[in-house]
Amino acid sequence: MTTFEKIQEIIVDQLDKEETEVQLSTNFREELEADSLDLFQIINDIEDEFDIKIESEEGLTTVEDLVKYVEGQIES
Amino acid sequence: MERVVITGLGAITPLGNSVAEFWDGLKNGRNGIGPLTKFDGEAINVHVAGEVRNFEAKKVMDRKLAKRMDPFSQYGVAAALEAVKDSEIDMDEIDADRMGVIVGSGIGGLNAMQDQIIKMHEKGLDRVAPFFVPMAIGNMVAGNISIATGAKGPNLSIVTACASGNNSIGEAYRNIKHGYADIMLAGGAEASINEIGMSGFAALNALSTNEDPNAASTPFDKNRHGFVMGEGAGVLVLESLSSALKRKAKIYAEITGYGATGDSFHMTAPSPDGSGAARAMKQAIKESGIEAADIDYINAHGTSTPANDSSETEAIKLALGDEAAASVAVSSTKSMTGHLLGGAGAIEAIASIKALQEGILPPTINLSTPDEACDLDYVSNQPREKAIQYALNNSLGFGGHNAVTCFKKWEDKE
Repeated sequence: MTTFEKIQEIIVDQLDKEETEVQLSTNFREELEADSLDLFQIINDIEDEFDIKIESEEGLTTVEDLVKYVEGQIES
Repeated sequence: MERVVITGLGAITPLGNSVAEFWDGLKNGRNGIGPLTKFDGEAINVHVAGEVRNFEAKKVMDRKLAKRMDPFSQYGVAAALEAVKDSEIDMDEIDADRMGVIVGSGIGGLNAMQDQIIKMHEKGLDRVAPFFVPMAIGNMVAGNISIATGAKGPNLSIVTACASGNNSIGEAYRNIKHGYADIMLAGGAEASINEIGMSGFAALNALSTNEDPNAASTPFDKNRHGFVMGEGAGVLVLESLSSALKRKAKIYAEITGYGATGDSFHMTAPSPDGSGAARAMKQAIKESGIEAADIDYINAHGTSTPANDSSETEAIKLALGDEAAASVAVSSTKSMTGHLLGGAGAIEAIASIKALQEGILPPTINLSTPDEACDLDYVSNQPREKAIQYALNNSLGFGGHNAVTCFKKWEDKE
């Protein structure tokens, strides 16, 4: 499973969306109607999945932002 | 002062996930207790439980809302939605500000607590889930019911251990009687069949250790030695008589009295003379404007612990007097459901109301060996057809909380 696929799965599960609705370019706050609680939980699930720490959700608006952030953390 | 009637019922129970299934089980003396499947209870010598089966929250409520709830909240919301549907309340026709919620829980979101405390230990303080607090806090069942139904009036939760559900009904009754609301969703919810919940009660020697689901919950039997943990929820729609008549609602029963007292005795043991529970029963009888002899049926707290069942028997004698106590029918439906803690008083209120409505008394099953300390008529093993006018519903909680509600058969006339 790629990083994108894992993150896609987390978002699909948390927001009760279809996979097709969660693509790299998707803005999860606006397009998926994620509220602040959802966002915190998605970040928490991503931290668990990849065993990383996301210090701030600032600048994270699209699925691609999340994928790049996670891959950057894993590499470092 | 307003008279208060019951116009809707909802239940998630070990006997089924609707009032129809629950009552069908009770009136046929069916046992809802089975093997404990949620975890291995061998180490604490616990083998059976009254588990809710085939419950899928996402099928009865908004999927996203369901995902954000601990099971205790899911059970409560599911029961509330059934009750509101049953009442045929049209939210566009009523004043939502005058429709409130009092639904309590003995413990609250214990599954969320257990999961997240384990996670905190394993992964660190900064890994606790953001949904932990909103899932765990015990008031969230009432909050979620308000969100799911649109009720915008008084919204609160009562925590009095195993009396939570019945105290909630009683306090909701007072809210309507004294004019603070027209409609109240009232009851209790619990989901404590997990490792920490069961281990805690096992440590108190409060749980039955019997391996046989048909011999584990044995209220008033000489060989009783503990309760069987159950789970689920019950919610009643309480409504002012004037509101119910105005919208031509179906009326199940009237709630005519409520008593609430504290033992002032011990954290977990009831006062042996039953005086605390007796005072609550007397209050409920007095508020109903009737005599002790008018009580036809008591749905007992009847947990199947040695201490409860004998002291509750004493309490009934103290409250009703020996003569009326000797003729009143008493049963413990916990023999068929196990003990739903904060949900118990609510589903047992439903049992009392259905008994009034249909003239069938649900039995105390598994009662084979009489105990000289429990010498009342417990409707042993077989349901009984009997037309009744007044029923008491007893709930007694750790902390010495005693809650008693009194219901009257609805005769289809004012």
